[in-house]
Amino acid sequence: MVTRVLLLALALVAAGAAGAEEITLPPDHPYGMLKPGPGSEVAQRNCVLCHSTDYIVRQPPGDAKQWDGVVTKMVKVFGAPVSDADAKTIVDYLARQYGK
Amino acid sequence: MGGGAALVASGRVPAWAQSSDPILAGRPLVRYPQKTDLILLTSRPPQLETPMTWFDRAITPNEAFFVRYHVFPIPTQVDLATWRLRIGGHVDRPLELSMDELKTRFPAAAVTAVNQCSGNSRGRFSPRVLGGQWGDGAMGSAEWVGCRLKDVLAAAGVRQGAVEVTFDGLDKPAFPSVPDLVKSLALARVLDDPNVIVAYQMNGAALPMLNGFPARLVVPGWYATYWVKNLSDITVVDKPFEQYWMKPAYRIPDNPCGCVEPGTAPKATVPINRMNVRSFLVSPAPGARLAAGRPVTLKGIAFDGGYGIREVEISDDGGSTWRRVSLGPDLGPYAFREWSAAWTPPRAGAARVMVRAFNRIGESQGTEPLWNPSGYLRNVIESVEYPVG
Repeated sequence: MVTRVLLLALALVAAGAAGAEEITLPPDHPYGMLKPGPGSEVAQRNCVLCHSTDYIVRQPPGDAKQWDGVVTKMVKVFGAPVSDADAKTIVDYLARQYGK
Repeated sequence: MGGGAALVASGRVPAWAQSSDPILAGRPLVRYPQKTDLILLTSRPPQLETPMTWFDRAITPNEAFFVRYHVFPIPTQVDLATWRLRIGGHVDRPLELSMDELKTRFPAAAVTAVNQCSGNSRGRFSPRVLGGQWGDGAMGSAEWVGCRLKDVLAAAGVRQGAVEVTFDGLDKPAFPSVPDLVKSLALARVLDDPNVIVAYQMNGAALPMLNGFPARLVVPGWYATYWVKNLSDITVVDKPFEQYWMKPAYRIPDNPCGCVEPGTAPKATVPINRMNVRSFLVSPAPGARLAAGRPVTLKGIAFDGGYGIREVEISDDGGSTWRRVSLGPDLGPYAFREWSAAWTPPRAGAARVMVRAFNRIGESQGTEPLWNPSGYLRNVIESVEYPVG
């Protein structure tokens, strides 16, 4: 019985292969994890709503002006639902951990 | 987050992690569905870079082709029983075409063409710029088969007053405030060019999901930003389309070099368009130990924005003298052109080999990198160093 169910499942997969494609994406890779530090949880919670944090950690190091520009773009252009208080915390965190 | 450890290929320390190239250092090799080991840039949305070792040949295999998405979630499942390509907007007869109809109603056209990310090599900009910090592997060349866009538009009947065509795929951002990736091309650009195709085949097979299954736009000679993946909607419009991914994103300074003084902002910009000339030496791999006086075969590829490569040259004396190399088969003006050269390291010490290409209208590569704030259009003469014993 188990074999039969398995064969049926294989047949369905084979039938689907002609006209359907499906893949499963892996989870966010740990290489892009944020550095620990004050504000890291706030950055983590807000940023991962839209993208993995490797988007952040591979950027060129920058001062508060750079990171304020990035966070402002996320909020103003992409409409990221980040409160003003959280935005400030995130900028401070990024400038401290990913500064020049 | 976490749980991605299984992704690190077979537990070994990838060469890239130890790379002396600061842009590749620390980035793991990962294996995504339908893909071989690629260098991870970002997980979500996924951006995966092709290791340079794949560019010792003119065709980049589907499994090794780079991946770049803009918004999340991305399509992970497509059923051709329900997938349709919609052609609408400023047309007489809006269409909804199944894959069978695409393949039977329109003659198939083939083109071998390079697909290169606008920001390929952005990580090498100095001063550095924000954006995906790619090395040089956000490119590939494949044989694309599909139907001509102009045939599809003719079937729909473009109405008087149309000026542009927009292209949208199945990737839709989770938040409605995030701009959907929609790109546009001038009607004149696509109606004049029989090589602009809706491709449903890549190197003789269906497109991998992450490269645009079941169909993507192919715009030979132009940067990959226009090659919309997982294509679902083609819309003819009677006004210039200027949403986010056309303006302010993906724009270059409005001057012949697409460049500005490093660290400054351009006064005016235009949408990025045709690719410039590039060439790479990939084999032996950078850092390979060579022996003085013992000949080796240097190999790599060159390409441009559609005029075709006329000549490739190498220099081992810092650019004082150049010598011509042998070109491989011509796969058309939009394709990678393989090149090879026998070369003998003259003496022990550090050797540096530079490579440059010329296209058929005489365009080439500069000795100093050009700069723009978005990190586009890099095409400086690249070089590779070898320790010679």
